[in-house]
Amino acid sequence: MTGRETILAAIARNRPSGEHPLPAIPRFPQPEEGGRVATFLREFTAMGGSVVTGSPETDTIELLRQKVSGTVICSAVPEIVGNRRLGDVAQPRDLADVDVAIVRALLGVAETGSVLFTETELRVNTLAYLAQHLVVLLDPNDIVSGMQDAYDRPEFHQAAYAVFHTGPSGTGDIEGVLVHPAQGVRTLMVAFIARRGARQ
Amino acid sequence: MPRVEDLGVFIRLLARNALGVPMTQYTSHFRKPRAGAEMHIVIVDNGRTDRLGMDEFWTSLKCIRCGACMATCPVYRRSGGLSYDATYAGPIGLIINPTIDFHKYSSLPFASTLNGSCTNVCPVKINIHEQIFAWRKVIAEKGELPATKAAMMKAAGVILSHPRLYRFAVSSAGTALRFLPHFVVYNRLNTWTRGREMPETPRETFHAWWARNRGRQR
Repeated sequence: MTGRETILAAIARNRPSGEHPLPAIPRFPQPEEGGRVATFLREFTAMGGSVVTGSPETDTIELLRQKVSGTVICSAVPEIVGNRRLGDVAQPRDLADVDVAIVRALLGVAETGSVLFTETELRVNTLAYLAQHLVVLLDPNDIVSGMQDAYDRPEFHQAAYAVFHTGPSGTGDIEGVLVHPAQGVRTLMVAFIARRGARQ
Repeated sequence: MPRVEDLGVFIRLLARNALGVPMTQYTSHFRKPRAGAEMHIVIVDNGRTDRLGMDEFWTSLKCIRCGACMATCPVYRRSGGLSYDATYAGPIGLIINPTIDFHKYSSLPFASTLNGSCTNVCPVKINIHEQIFAWRKVIAEKGELPATKAAMMKAAGVILSHPRLYRFAVSSAGTALRFLPHFVVYNRLNTWTRGREMPETPRETFHAWWARNRGRQR
């Protein structure tokens, strides 16, 4: 017998007797105090993220361009052009010297302050981890209420890779205290930029 | 998790009970390899299918590794996760490790006060402290108790089931410890004193104090 057959046979033999139907999962509305965007920002900043907001003189995109100028920039969005082309990446590890990565989030989750990417947004998955800093463009209309709403998205049944980022990298392995950063990006910034051609 | 929709509940449950945060920094989902690459998933049995067949212990398989039991445990929150030479840390480890190597970890389930704090905080409702107790029975029945421990347990059983005997033993032992010469207590037979002082014994038992101060009020 192969290992697979051995394990499956043992499970069939030892399965606890009786019926174990899967439960229907209830949904409870999120409080969303102060509105959905405010809730997202509260959770996102509590987890160590920061937000970039322009002013009447300098819009958000222009402010972002100023912030990242003079660094190695790798952009996966049309709004900002970087100086490292993603199309030139032969191996995922080639992105190791990137200072700033710029990616659009598929969606945001107000309940947890998370942003969701798949390989479609990242184009090269290591972009979200090897860069020193990650800048995320997020359309406020793409923020869903809770985690359960996020998992309704068809991407979880289609994408090869999907990942929630909640704040910059960190670890809670030592004494149960959250420490930033750890193995991934040192900072995570979000900028509210509507999708091009998105509903107004 | 059997279904994608279950993740919406359990991913939240995990981070909330591990660190009290809304979400883990990175939560990755792999469905298939990236273009041009391969993906291999290795599933290791590691005693799990055996445990599935144990009436008293199979529910420990529900563990989601949040570590809440370790954070609340009066022993583990001081001693750290990987104490006692065991890979699975915390109170949940006391009931998982014996299924991996029964002989090596047969003393683990005795490293507990059975206070039940782990069971109270477990988000997937594993009856951890009851399983720790159940393991003690299994270990004793299979003859894995060291002879000295078995003898002490037998003696403790007799004393604890006779209140008068218990009170006499407690007060006389306390008195004896205060007056015994140093070498009688601090010797090779008493493993406690190899690296530690004996705790100071109170001059009076609580029972005696109660009888003296409050006993006549009734």
